[in-house]
Amino acid sequence: MSLSLDEVRKVAHLARIQLTAEEEEKFAAQLNNILTYVEQLSELDVTDVEPTTRAIDVNNVMRPDQLDRYTDREGLLGCAPDRDEDFFKVPKILNS
Amino acid sequence: MASIRELHQQLVRKERSAVEIAREALDHIAQTEPRVKSFLTLTADLALEQAQRVDAKIAAGESIGPLAGIPIAIKDNMCTRGIRTTCASKMLDNFVPPYESTVTQKLFDAGAVMVGKTNLDEFAMGSSTENSAFQVTANPWDLERVPGGSSGGSAAAVAAGQCLVSIGSDTGGSIRQPAAFCGVVGLKPTYGLVSRYGLVAFASSLDQVGPFGRSVEDTALLLGTIAGYDPKDSTSLNVPIPNYAKSLLPDFRPKSKLKVGVIQETFGAGLDAEVEKAVEDALKVLQELGAEIEVVSCPRFRYGLPTYYIIAPSEASANLARYDGVKYGFRAPGENLLEMYEKTRAAGFGSEVKRRIAIGTYALSAGYYDAYYLRAQKVRTLIKQDFERAFARVDVLISPTAPTTAFKAGEKTDDPVSMYLSDLMTIPVNLAGLPALSLPCGFDRNGMPIGMQIIGDVLREDLVLEVAHAYEQATHWHVKRPEIAPD
Repeated sequence: MSLSLDEVRKVAHLARIQLTAEEEEKFAAQLNNILTYVEQLSELDVTDVEPTTRAIDVNNVMRPDQLDRYTDREGLLGCAPDRDEDFFKVPKILNS
Repeated sequence: MASIRELHQQLVRKERSAVEIAREALDHIAQTEPRVKSFLTLTADLALEQAQRVDAKIAAGESIGPLAGIPIAIKDNMCTRGIRTTCASKMLDNFVPPYESTVTQKLFDAGAVMVGKTNLDEFAMGSSTENSAFQVTANPWDLERVPGGSSGGSAAAVAAGQCLVSIGSDTGGSIRQPAAFCGVVGLKPTYGLVSRYGLVAFASSLDQVGPFGRSVEDTALLLGTIAGYDPKDSTSLNVPIPNYAKSLLPDFRPKSKLKVGVIQETFGAGLDAEVEKAVEDALKVLQELGAEIEVVSCPRFRYGLPTYYIIAPSEASANLARYDGVKYGFRAPGENLLEMYEKTRAAGFGSEVKRRIAIGTYALSAGYYDAYYLRAQKVRTLIKQDFERAFARVDVLISPTAPTTAFKAGEKTDDPVSMYLSDLMTIPVNLAGLPALSLPCGFDRNGMPIGMQIIGDVLREDLVLEVAHAYEQATHWHVKRPEIAPD
């Protein structure tokens, strides 16, 4: 399995990370090394093996459907890089 | 600084005040911090305020718990209300959490005195603390070497005597490996024993918070304070918490038929000869103490590392999607929303974080899910089965904590796979969710500490601590301190 520069660009776009040309080259090589390393997992026969999704099984945690009001609205909004009164402010979403 | 028990007695007998103890820790930090660089944020004012509250309680004749007045450091991926929490990332450089993590809340309620927030590999991704966006922490035993990681700041702070105990987090060895490198005790509890509410998420099926201490007893006392069910963490286990420290009786000997399993696959190729010798000597000590030693095989153990390097980055790629420059943290300007996202994440994350997000995104992307993530989860089941079979025969398992002692800074930064190999022995334990502790078991020819890992079955922290305590009391490696630490 080998990762091309185009695939690195595609992955970076999916992950919403802009990479420089230099980073693309470096990542292609390093990601290939890591993927080659994990290839050894194909040595094992995993037919009929159930996947483990969590280390220790916990049953679904239920609680009464009661409203628990969060009071520190200002504390949360105060963390925003940009805001307009009670709104998070972002750059325009549509280009038109 | 002595031990929790000794400081507690001095406080109760009014031989020393909590403020005096806090000032002493802060003075020592001021002297040593330029060389060790354990801390990203110092909280001296808060420490003195917390210490004063403990002193007021003592003066009023109220009883105090064992952690009251004890100087503690917290890994900077635990949210602390009103105190900057960075995860050693530019992304969270200016993040001041509006809420408190359950672990720090429990510690503050117990009267612990927080001296600061410690350095780590960015978002806990790394094995040397060199991936911090802000500074490189030194190993207190040799300032040119790394303290291990990702909880390198928390391990170094305890080793350098800047605090008595500290808190770290462990996803693939991030408590145990730095504990081994810095010659202190570090424990990764059973997955779900300690609340993860307020721990900044890395790989949620693996992450667990745990204690560092100089001795097994201090580590046990800290574990007892932070363990327990938390309705705010849906993976939290609702189980009774034993008194971990109480079982460490002064004249404790392992029960006559205590069976210690040695994991065969952790010895041999790739293992440093001095580390191997130290762990073999430690096994002899346990045998002399009455334990029965048996070699056990965990044939899929060596697949732990490749399994981890699919599962952890996959979960990280999802968890770190939240850093989008909208609700908190860093934002880079952009013409439109998409450009803002891409530039924010490009400038906010360091190389290792980007690399892992890329691997995880790839492994989860259409067409590759079955070949990577699903296969890794199935291998995870096989690794768990190996441990289950071993624990049907023995009470605890033993291995070296890391294949080598602490390496020099800069030695492995350009080769991710070689860096990953230092977590070879610790990762399978996270995949199975088991408790495991690292404690000092000797020194190499350069004077660097060697760590031994003791692994327990699910929720058998008590047994792991008992075995560790018996070994520690028979050997006293933990008494040796680096020159930089006070007497």
